[in-house]
Amino acid sequence: MKQAWLYTFSFFLLMNCTSKEEENYTPVVYELKIPQLFKEKLINQIVPANNPLTQEGVALGKKLFFDKILSGDGTQSCASCHNPQKAFTDNLQFSSGIDGKQGIRNAMPLFNLAWNFDEKFAWDGKDFSLENQALEPVLNPIELHSDWKNVAKKLQNHSEYPTLFLQAFGTSNIDSTLVTKALAQFERTLISGNSKFDQYLLGEATLTPEEQNGFNIFMDEARGDCFHCHGSDNNPLWTDNQFHNNGLDASFSDLGLGAVTGDPADNGKFKSPSIRNLKFTAPYMHDGRFVTIEEVINHYSEGLKPSSTIDPLMKKVNQGGVGLSAKDKADLKAFLLTLSDDDFVNNPDFQE
Amino acid sequence: MKKILLLICLSFLLIECNSTDDVEVEKISVSLQFEHFWLASPLTASDLDTFKFETKNGDFLKIERLRYLLSNIYLINDNETFTFSDYTLIDLEKDDNFTLQLSEKIVPGSYQLKFRFGFKDDDNIDGAYQDLNTVNFNVPSMLGGGYHYMQFDGKYKDNNNQDANFNYHAIRAVDRSDPNNLVYEDTSFEVDLGTLSFISNSEITVKVNIAEWFRNPHTWDLNQLNTVLMPNFEAQKLMSANGKTVFSLGDIN
Ligand code: HEC
Ligand code: HEC
Repeated sequence: MKQAWLYTFSFFLLMNCTSKEEENYTPVVYELKIPQLFKEKLINQIVPANNPLTQEGVALGKKLFFDKILSGDGTQSCASCHNPQKAFTDNLQFSSGIDGKQGIRNAMPLFNLAWNFDEKFAWDGKDFSLENQALEPVLNPIELHSDWKNVAKKLQNHSEYPTLFLQAFGTSNIDSTLVTKALAQFERTLISGNSKFDQYLLGEATLTPEEQNGFNIFMDEARGDCFHCHGSDNNPLWTDNQFHNNGLDASFSDLGLGAVTGDPADNGKFKSPSIRNLKFTAPYMHDGRFVTIEEVINHYSEGLKPSSTIDPLMKKVNQGGVGLSAKDKADLKAFLLTLSDDDFVNNPDFQE
Repeated sequence: MKKILLLICLSFLLIECNSTDDVEVEKISVSLQFEHFWLASPLTASDLDTFKFETKNGDFLKIERLRYLLSNIYLINDNETFTFSDYTLIDLEKDDNFTLQLSEKIVPGSYQLKFRFGFKDDDNIDGAYQDLNTVNFNVPSMLGGGYHYMQFDGKYKDNNNQDANFNYHAIRAVDRSDPNNLVYEDTSFEVDLGTLSFISNSEITVKVNIAEWFRNPHTWDLNQLNTVLMPNFEAQKLMSANGKTVFSLGDIN
């Protein structure tokens, strides 16, 4: 009889436990603040059904993004290389991981990632989905160089995290899946769509004659012809998120997409970056070889290197490019800078 | 009350009758498939990125990108039209987007198959199609805006046998001789594949012969016309003329 009582008692205790978990598990839906031009011009962003955005999830992802607990020795976080003040990149050619080791790729800025419809991330598209991508930096010996068991254990023993995971995901059993889900939720909120050029398109700002001419060069097939890959007034992402060889090299030390697909026809192809926020994201290209926007423009104007995979949109390759005038170059730069979004880099929601 | 019951009964009977009437002609479904060729050789994504094609003019080329837009794809029977798609973008790189299904079943019989290469002016509305904006298929507003009809990019061996790029981009032709008064010519065109008869569920194949873009009636010389063709009024009219023999009817199964 006593035993029976004990059973019933513990049964109720357990019940209590679970129902308490359920009580806490009421994460609030997070509504993305989608810029008007994105709504008008683009198909809907990608949010996986098994990782809907919630306020608790986004807040947890943000905390994790800035927390050095994810690194092997507690010295680095995602934000060490992805600094909100720099549109979530750093200003180094190559960033160093916790052991001081450098890679061969420039850290990428992070914004508008939910509009990368093929969900191929990194310069060479090797990571499918934001959730999967986030697994990698924690392990990478040239980045946070830890292991997931260790990270999960540290988070589990932390004074706050178990409750935060409980609130966001209904369980306080922390593992890599939940950590990367939270990080991905935060990353999807990083939306940049309020540059001067956006305001101009919405009738809220005017361009100088130089900026206007720069835009015309960007759109002119005979001069810049940038729009075929980098978007336009009708594609506010300012990228096609596809992979091209834009003529940086005649032979490749980094095969880019080719190393991922194994197809030699993909050698030297890298993802077209968005040209938003160039004001904050120098140096440029997958290996950070260009320090200034002028160098980038000179490359397209007269620095093209022929190769079998160079994109057919690169014109007059044998002469190095179409040869823009000094005035056209200056105006093109002025236009490119109108795509920088100070609100984005100063958004308090994105600071530590 | 009895009358009402009778009426209800009758109406059920009538409805019954009606529906049996319909059942007598069983409706069929029709799909449409696009198959690509270079002359008689099948052309698929695996044929991209290698020099293997020779134009009528003797230019040796490789195809790196081929995307084109078809609109108003439909069957027409007397006055009734049945639409496969208002518009569709075919991308040779993606082998999964070449089949279209008629949205409703149709009565067996004879139908004309028609579609348009590109958008006719009325449909060619700048920025209006979100899926096409998302894949950067727009035409700059300085050329009148709207959308590309085709982006066909690759390399050819030039007169010095060096690799050179071509961008065979078809859009609505625009004459910019007077920048303040642009003159447009709608160079999209309708393809009429004739009258087809269907007795059971059918799959129509449309053959798309890419070589025709360089062949007929104008022999295309890539050494002359290779890049910056979008603002080239005459080149756009040549493309439109050559396009008319690109599409032909294949098998119906
Ligand atoms: C040591 C510097 C460093 C750290 C730390 C780091 N990253 Fe990165 N990140 C990079 C570099 C470099 C790339 C480009 C990698 C490549 O292309 O191979 C990158 C690429 C990315 C991308 C791809 C963006 C795109 O548009 O394709 C995402 C997303 C990302 N990082 C998120 C994170 C997250 C989340 C963390 C923390 C868990 C993190 N990174 C930590 C350097 C770093
Ligand atoms: C064929 C497609 C294509 C065209 C056309 C093109 N680009 Fe790019 N662009 C790319 C690719 C791909 C990269 C990245 C290359 C790499 O890092 O290897 C890139 C990189 C850049 C970057 C560096 C951004 C960063 O964050 O590192 C800038 C700036 C840029 N392009 C501007 C332009 C301008 C201006 C034009 C027109 C003059 C232009 N692009 C034309 C594909 C293109």
